Amino acid sequence: MKNAIVSLLAVLFGLIAGALLMAVTGSNPVAGYTYLFEGGLKSIERIGNTLATATPLIFTGLSVAFAFRTGLFNIGASGQMLFGGFCATFVGLTLDLPKAILVPVVIVVGFVAGALWAFLPGLLKAKFNVHEVVSTIMLNWTAYWVVYNVVPAYLKGSYETESRPLPPNAQLRMGWLSDLFGGSYINLGIFLGVLAVIAIAFIIDRTTLGYEMKAVGFNRHAAEFAGMAVDRNIVLAMVISGGLAGLGGVAQYMGNAINIQIGHLPTQGFDGIAVALLGANNPYGVLLAAIFFGLLYSGRGYMNAMVGIPPEISDTIIAIIIYFAATSILIERLISRLLRKRREKRDANAESGRA
Amino acid sequence: MEHIVEMLGIRKEFPGIVANDNVTLQLRRGEIHALLGENGAGKSTLMGILFGMYQPDAGVIKIRGKETKIANPNVANDLGIGMVHQHFKLVHNFTVTENIILGNEPRKGLLYDTKSAGKRIAELSKQYGLNVDPDAKIEDISVGMQQRVEILKMLYREAEVLIFDEPTAVLTPQEIRDLMDIMKSLKAEGKSIILITHKLKEIKAVADRCTVIRRGKLIGTVDVATTSEAEMAKMMVGRDVSFTVDKAKIETGDTVLRIDSLTVLNNKKVPGLKSFSLDVRRGEIVGIAGVEGNGQTELVEALTGLRKPESGTIWFNGQDITRYPVRRRIESGIAHIPEDRQKRGLVLDYTVEENMILEVYYRAPYAKRGLLQRNEIRGHAERIIRDFDVRAGEGAASKARSLSGGNQQKAIIGREVELDPLLLIAVQPTRGLDVGSIEYIHKRLVEQRNKGKAVLLVSLELDEVLGLSDRIAVLNNGELIGIVNAAETNENEIGLMMAGIGKEAESR
Repeated sequence: MKNAIVSLLAVLFGLIAGALLMAVTGSNPVAGYTYLFEGGLKSIERIGNTLATATPLIFTGLSVAFAFRTGLFNIGASGQMLFGGFCATFVGLTLDLPKAILVPVVIVVGFVAGALWAFLPGLLKAKFNVHEVVSTIMLNWTAYWVVYNVVPAYLKGSYETESRPLPPNAQLRMGWLSDLFGGSYINLGIFLGVLAVIAIAFIIDRTTLGYEMKAVGFNRHAAEFAGMAVDRNIVLAMVISGGLAGLGGVAQYMGNAINIQIGHLPTQGFDGIAVALLGANNPYGVLLAAIFFGLLYSGRGYMNAMVGIPPEISDTIIAIIIYFAATSILIERLISRLLRKRREKRDANAESGRA
Repeated sequence: MEHIVEMLGIRKEFPGIVANDNVTLQLRRGEIHALLGENGAGKSTLMGILFGMYQPDAGVIKIRGKETKIANPNVANDLGIGMVHQHFKLVHNFTVTENIILGNEPRKGLLYDTKSAGKRIAELSKQYGLNVDPDAKIEDISVGMQQRVEILKMLYREAEVLIFDEPTAVLTPQEIRDLMDIMKSLKAEGKSIILITHKLKEIKAVADRCTVIRRGKLIGTVDVATTSEAEMAKMMVGRDVSFTVDKAKIETGDTVLRIDSLTVLNNKKVPGLKSFSLDVRRGEIVGIAGVEGNGQTELVEALTGLRKPESGTIWFNGQDITRYPVRRRIESGIAHIPEDRQKRGLVLDYTVEENMILEVYYRAPYAKRGLLQRNEIRGHAERIIRDFDVRAGEGAASKARSLSGGNQQKAIIGREVELDPLLLIAVQPTRGLDVGSIEYIHKRLVEQRNKGKAVLLVSLELDEVLGLSDRIAVLNNGELIGIVNAAETNENEIGLMMAGIGKEAESR
């Protein structure tokens, strides 16, 4: 509850700051925001695109939030997402199967590949106390170079820098779904994302597995005392976190796009940290935060086209929101200080009234 | 009689509880005044108000007869009020002098003048018999010495009123005696002292007067010389308290635990426990006595599976459990009340009910097919809360962090006893608790013994070891000095053995 208020305040402050920025740069904030939100919500197609944009963020946000809840800082969602998406693309381009089989296969491959990419840092952390921030960042770049070299060599499309487009059987896009959303590139990923949110919330709150992983994250010594396998839990938590990011890769490269490009670490991996922060590491909070970010990202182009406000404004708003969400403690302190000031003033008045 | 500090009709509320309700405490100049109360009675809150950490909702504070508002600890410092906190506030890689001058460093031009400060600290140390080396680093000196640094810090700042917050909780018996002497010499030099404690023995030893509070309310202020320990205990707890543990003689049964020449490395990778052997039988409490850091931690961690022994064998109930993992030991019937309740015993960010299933969360009825059974878990926690008198603001749903130390400990003991173990390893089970809780916990341990369970009690409190144990094994420097029958020994003999002066006879 308190988290929700802080997150909403962060969003509010971010939007106010964005309005100030628009005003300072000589634009009309009201028009700016109108077009920003219209760009994301105006038509059924745009709503579809907003949801599609949000999908990889749901996964990476969930990945980071889940790791946080178990005491880990997975900063490598980017690499896990890339590697998961890459492996899934590889399989999708290689196997020739009916869609009903191939899509589940690539989803599983994406999860497993992302999980594998996080397994290694988990193992290093558990066995040798190597901090996961360092090892996951390093693996981000390993994934980057693997894709950089393997795609041109084995999956080359019409350009050196990208893979062949996926056959329709391997894509997450569904004809009926795009038709429903007026031709949007929304795809099965959004359903998978919502399912993942429900599943993770369930695991965290209701299962012995979640109980164990949280205990290890909160207090490793007490977990050890109670006979929990601390090392195994760290590895497992990283594997689940990485698998979620891998699914984000599947949603991005096989649903939102239909091929994979080299030379990019997906920014969604890092945005996932912001999503987790704004969502207060709660799976449902992550879902809402991801959709909100998706809205800003998908509306900014329209805003730029209509009133010439640079799309970077919406990045700035996101950045400011992150600042406020990250410094939620400051917001809480500010609130309690204001409350105290007011109470003291009232007390003082009462005192002098009595005297 | 002149009062240096007067707290009159103090009231302080926190959400849900009244921590202080019309409490009055008057400190005379040059007296040692004990503030006695159970855990959570409101002692710390009252002192927090005097030290400027909280503002009272009602009431008046007078310092040297003048009404004063203490807005924060700096104001308290300026008024000559100093506090030795239970957890010391020292920088570990600084020297004694650097720690003491921290915050108001004396200057000589642009440079810090540690030299003259050091000299003054040495003088103060000598004047009060503190025996502190101003140039020693904090990390190199003992806990008792660190406490003296805290005392010096107050003296250096010319505090006249010294508040000691449960100062003996972290000390060895010898250090406690030294501290009592220091407090007397401080008094002789005209300082006024408030001693927060729940240890009646210490009050009897040093205090002049004693103010008792119970559940936030003032019970009364008494002269220590004319009041017995039992009377003070009654005031504090609100009923008669027995100090001696009633313990019927019972027959011991089969050997439950057999430790055979166990050697365990300590954190520095040298043997902390050396070739230690001991048998514990059903229906007996075996006490481990020793000064802190003489191998107790290594022994307990090896028994519970938290540390791998270097050599030797542990037999439990006929099985060689030396290589068993922690969980398998718990399942075969070993329960453990850990020394550090906040580090090992509880997940502070979990609720009480979540903590109560820490070892059994994966078993029926608390889990079915991997799913936590909320109702069963709640019921389990509520049972422990009721049976072990755990007081928590929001019951089973309270965060463990929000409980007072005594209630945290009672919850842990309840959890471990509920496991219905064959062997209960209790390490410092009453550390930092008030007499009411101590009496209660002692009863529970004896109850386990009487039910035919084996209890291994590791404690630094000699009284506790002597009062509870049937047999006592004394450790010094990782070695077993000897095993004695509690009925045939006394404090002196054990004290000598703790110092390593052997009793060869019936050991091994």
